[in-house]
Amino acid sequence: MSLVSYLFNGLSLGAVYAIIALGYTMVYGIAKMLNFAHGDVIMVGTYIAFTAISTMGMSPAAGIIISIIGCTVIGVLIEAIAYRPLLNVSKLAVLITAIGVSYFLQNVALLIFGSDTKSFTSVVSFRGISLAGGKLNISGETIVTIAVCIVIMLVLTIFIKYTKPGKAMLAVSEDPGAASLMGINTNGTIALTFAIGSALAAVAGVLLCSSYPALTPYTGSMPGIKAFVAAVFGGIGSIPGAFVGGLLLGVIEILSKAYISSQMADAIVFAVLIVVLLVKPTGLLGKDIQEKV
Amino acid sequence: MAKKIFSKDNSSYFLVIIAYILVELLLKTGSLSSLMRGLLVPLCVYVILAVSLNITVGILGELSLGHAGFMCVGAFAGAFMSRYIGDSLPQGAVFLIALLTGAIVASVFGIIIGIPVLRLKGDYLAIVTLAFGEIIKNIMNILYVGKDANGLHISLNSASSLGLDPESGDIIINGAMGITGTPKSSTFTIGIILVLLTLFVTLNLIHSRTGRAIMAIRDNRIAAESIGINITKYKLLAFTVSAAFAGIAGVLYAHNLNTLTALPKNFGYNMSIMILVFVVLGGMGNIRGSIIAAVVLTLLPELLRGLNEYRMLIYSIVLIAVMIFSWSPTAKNFREKYLGFLKFGKKREVS
Repeated sequence: MSLVSYLFNGLSLGAVYAIIALGYTMVYGIAKMLNFAHGDVIMVGTYIAFTAISTMGMSPAAGIIISIIGCTVIGVLIEAIAYRPLLNVSKLAVLITAIGVSYFLQNVALLIFGSDTKSFTSVVSFRGISLAGGKLNISGETIVTIAVCIVIMLVLTIFIKYTKPGKAMLAVSEDPGAASLMGINTNGTIALTFAIGSALAAVAGVLLCSSYPALTPYTGSMPGIKAFVAAVFGGIGSIPGAFVGGLLLGVIEILSKAYISSQMADAIVFAVLIVVLLVKPTGLLGKDIQEKV
Repeated sequence: MAKKIFSKDNSSYFLVIIAYILVELLLKTGSLSSLMRGLLVPLCVYVILAVSLNITVGILGELSLGHAGFMCVGAFAGAFMSRYIGDSLPQGAVFLIALLTGAIVASVFGIIIGIPVLRLKGDYLAIVTLAFGEIIKNIMNILYVGKDANGLHISLNSASSLGLDPESGDIIINGAMGITGTPKSSTFTIGIILVLLTLFVTLNLIHSRTGRAIMAIRDNRIAAESIGINITKYKLLAFTVSAAFAGIAGVLYAHNLNTLTALPKNFGYNMSIMILVFVVLGGMGNIRGSIIAAVVLTLLPELLRGLNEYRMLIYSIVLIAVMIFSWSPTAKNFREKYLGFLKFGKKREVS
């Protein structure tokens, strides 16, 4: 039975990774940039929710909505101020700016909230279920996280396949030049992508801290990197890839923590990534791009 | 073309030597604060790291996010050697052997990691180097090595599972507690000599036949392959040289500390990213730029120390502003239009 409960824990952590990885992968797909500040947007979103719920005494639902709105605004602002001037110039320059933004968000959070660990109260009031005569307990957080992840995944897929802005995103990620010739507002589409990615980051942050309540200005950076690994693992730029990559990564991490060594868990996660990339250099579901001479 | 004494390359050497003389003068007159004195060796470490990463990122054109991993390997190998030899040799000789060990072990890791990694491209390569760096840091945290009369004992579990002889046993690498009692052999003078050595090797590499082959691969891999350049060989060579110098920087770093531990702060991906910031800000493939960027960006947070908690905030804003100011097309136009008389940032096409 313990294996099953570890599997559920792994899926729950993996679902959070998947939601973060969706943000990474959409931004990468459309802007071809590694948004290193994404992990810190998660942290900012969680602080907003924390302030709204614990300090100002709002209801969890209101807190989550405020956090989503806050993160969306921050994401769009970051894109407009720090990334847009450089997007078509040099990929490396944008990468460094993203690192600058990451430091900036961490230090703003440090100034406002201090370096002490805040204990985040779970937003899930649902108790969880007990199966097999109490031998298998699945917490409410686990169920909600997995459910939210699946819903987000489905909604995003429908959005991209069947709506105009979604199709515009696909077009811009395929060929920005041709897309703008067809009358698509490229900058607007990129901004929309950042808005969606940041909104997802807020959701991921709240869910992550509901299961793992310690909140500090550096909370977002390691899950951010792991989700980045998940995105690459599934094939960066691919939405189902981010989903599969995130879930697999979460399960691998929890299982190696439980059965191999808790200190080695991160190393094992990274080792699996390396092996996958060596066998399939564009990730599990990534497209193979042929190089033209 | 006649050789110029004040060529761009030589200016890198002059820059380092002048800085050295200046600092020595300040030291002699005692006008350097103890904080600054403590920063001298780390500055050399960062300069070596930045110059060596520039070989991979600027000259070879591959994005590496795992440079701190090679530094970590070098630091541990060097410190281990120093502790292993102990007092049986004079301190200078021990340090030299430690430096060689660090460089050799780091380059061996460079080859082992380079063979699979260099088959990948672009961002995939970057993420795999990051993964390797994290794995190295992780393993160093659970590695236990001890020595006794029977020789070396290695374990990945705990210090007690080493099974050391209680009489003569000595734990050298103690898992997450790292290596303690490394001789503090690193001095500013040694640091500067190592910086000059790194510069000498790097600049000569760039201007050699090998360096031109590497840059040809960077500029167009397919074209380079078609004229008979062995891609794998030259890529691996550049990657390994870069790793070796990161190892040397690690040894220098380790011998400046009492206790060497592999923390996320000193050997994690954040460190790799910081070195990358030096390289990109200094200019890709521009060795002199790397030196200046490493020194300025290390000193900046210290000079802002008076601003206390705001210093890292200002640092990050400066970083974003500098990137936008020096790269964005709008800022470039503005600069040419209104600030042309300042003549900074000479237009050179660096791909």
